[in-house]
Amino acid sequence: MSESSKLADAARRNFLAKAGVAAGAAAVAPGVFLSTSPAQARPADEPVSSAKRWGILVDTTKCASDCSACVSACENENGWGSSEPNSSAEQKAHWIRSVTIKNKATGFAKTLPMMCQHCETPPCVDVCPTGASFRRADGIVLVDKHICIGCRYCMMACPYKARSFVHEDLHDQKPWAPRGKGTVESCTLCDHRVDKGEIPACVEACSADNHNALIFGDLYDENSEISKALKAKDSVELRADLGLNTGVRYRGI
Amino acid sequence: MTQCSPISRVLALLLLLLPLVATADSDQGGEKEALPFSDLTFPEPARHYSAEQKCVQPVEEMRKNHMKYILHQRDETVHRGIRTRRYALEECVNCHTAKDDEGEYVPINAPDQFCYSCHSYASVKIDCFQCHATKPVRPSTLNTPESNAANSTEKLSNDIRQLLASEGQAQ
Repeated sequence: MSESSKLADAARRNFLAKAGVAAGAAAVAPGVFLSTSPAQARPADEPVSSAKRWGILVDTTKCASDCSACVSACENENGWGSSEPNSSAEQKAHWIRSVTIKNKATGFAKTLPMMCQHCETPPCVDVCPTGASFRRADGIVLVDKHICIGCRYCMMACPYKARSFVHEDLHDQKPWAPRGKGTVESCTLCDHRVDKGEIPACVEACSADNHNALIFGDLYDENSEISKALKAKDSVELRADLGLNTGVRYRGI
Repeated sequence: MTQCSPISRVLALLLLLLPLVATADSDQGGEKEALPFSDLTFPEPARHYSAEQKCVQPVEEMRKNHMKYILHQRDETVHRGIRTRRYALEECVNCHTAKDDEGEYVPINAPDQFCYSCHSYASVKIDCFQCHATKPVRPSTLNTPESNAANSTEKLSNDIRQLLASEGQAQ
C-alpha cells in the first residue's frame, strides 16, 4: 500500500472514529456532550466494531528491572505459567515475557514486557493456512483454537516471538481462556475483560503496583488516555521497518 | 463354469447351514452368551439442577440440537466478541456438573457425568474439554432475576433462528 493511500485510510478511519463517538455521545445541553468513555462496556449481544482499535503504550522508563507484575498477572488471569510441567523453558507458554535489552556500547540495560503487538497487518494471519489466526474488527489478533491445526507457521512468521504452542494435556483451564494441547496461543489483550469494558490484567496489575508503565485504550479515540499520551510524547513500534502498524507501542527505547 | 450335481448342491447347502445349527444347539444347551450391547442401559447422568430450573431451550430441542447452539455461539464469541451467556458452554458446565460426596465438583467430562455418559452411549467423541473448563469457576449469570426476565420471553436471537431454519431447509 502506498504512503498516500495509507494516509487516506487513516483519515477515513479518524472520520469514522469521530462519527462513532458522535453517535455514542448524548447531548446534555446545547454545546455540552457526555461522551462515552473509551473502555465503556459494549452490550454483550453487540459485535466488536472497527470504530475502535485497542492498543497499549508501554513506558519502559517506568519499568523496574526486577518487576514482573504484568507477567504474573497474565499467568493468573489466563491460567498459563505452571500448566506445562514437562515442557522445557523454551517450549512453555509465554503470552507475555519480561525481556531485558542492553546497549552493548554503553552497557545500559532496560527491562520491558514483550507480548503480541496486535499488528494492523499481522504476519501470523497472512501465513495461517486454516484461517485460525485472525484479527478481530477492533484490532485484537487472536487464534481461533477450534480451527488451529497446530502447524505453527504463525510462530515462525511472528517477528516478536509472541506465540507459543501447547505441548501437553492441560487441566483446570479458566472458562474465559480456553487453552489446549496442539494449538497455538498468545496474548489476547484480555479480550474477555475488554469486552466487558475492563482493562487487561497486565495493565491493571501495573497500575496496582503504582508503576503505571502500561496505558490501555482506544487508538482511534483522540480523547483516550493512550491517544493523548502518544500525541504528547515520542513512542516507537518495535521493528517499525516491517510496517506492521502495531497496536502495542513503546516509549523510552 | 461347471455344472454341479444335485447331491453336491445339497451338501454345499448343508455345509453352509451347519454353523447356524451348531449355534442354535449351544444356545439351547449350555451357558447363554450375551449378545453385543445386550447389557446396555441408557445412562442416567448426574445432575444437580432442580426440576423447576429450565434449560435454555425445551429439553427435546436441546437433546437434538444443543451442538448447533454451542457451535454458533462459539463463532460469535471468538470472532465477533459477542458474549451473551445463554448458549455459552460455560453455562452448560455451570448447570450440569455434579458434586461428589465431599462436595467437590466432578469434571463434567468424567465417564458418569452429564456430557460423557450420553456421548459414550451415542459413540460421539467430543473434544470440547481438552481446552474448556470442566468445572464451574464463576457463578452462573443465567439465574439472576434480570436474566430470568429477559429469558422469559423465550426469545431466540435472530441469527440462531436463521441458522436453524437454513439447516432445516438443507435437510
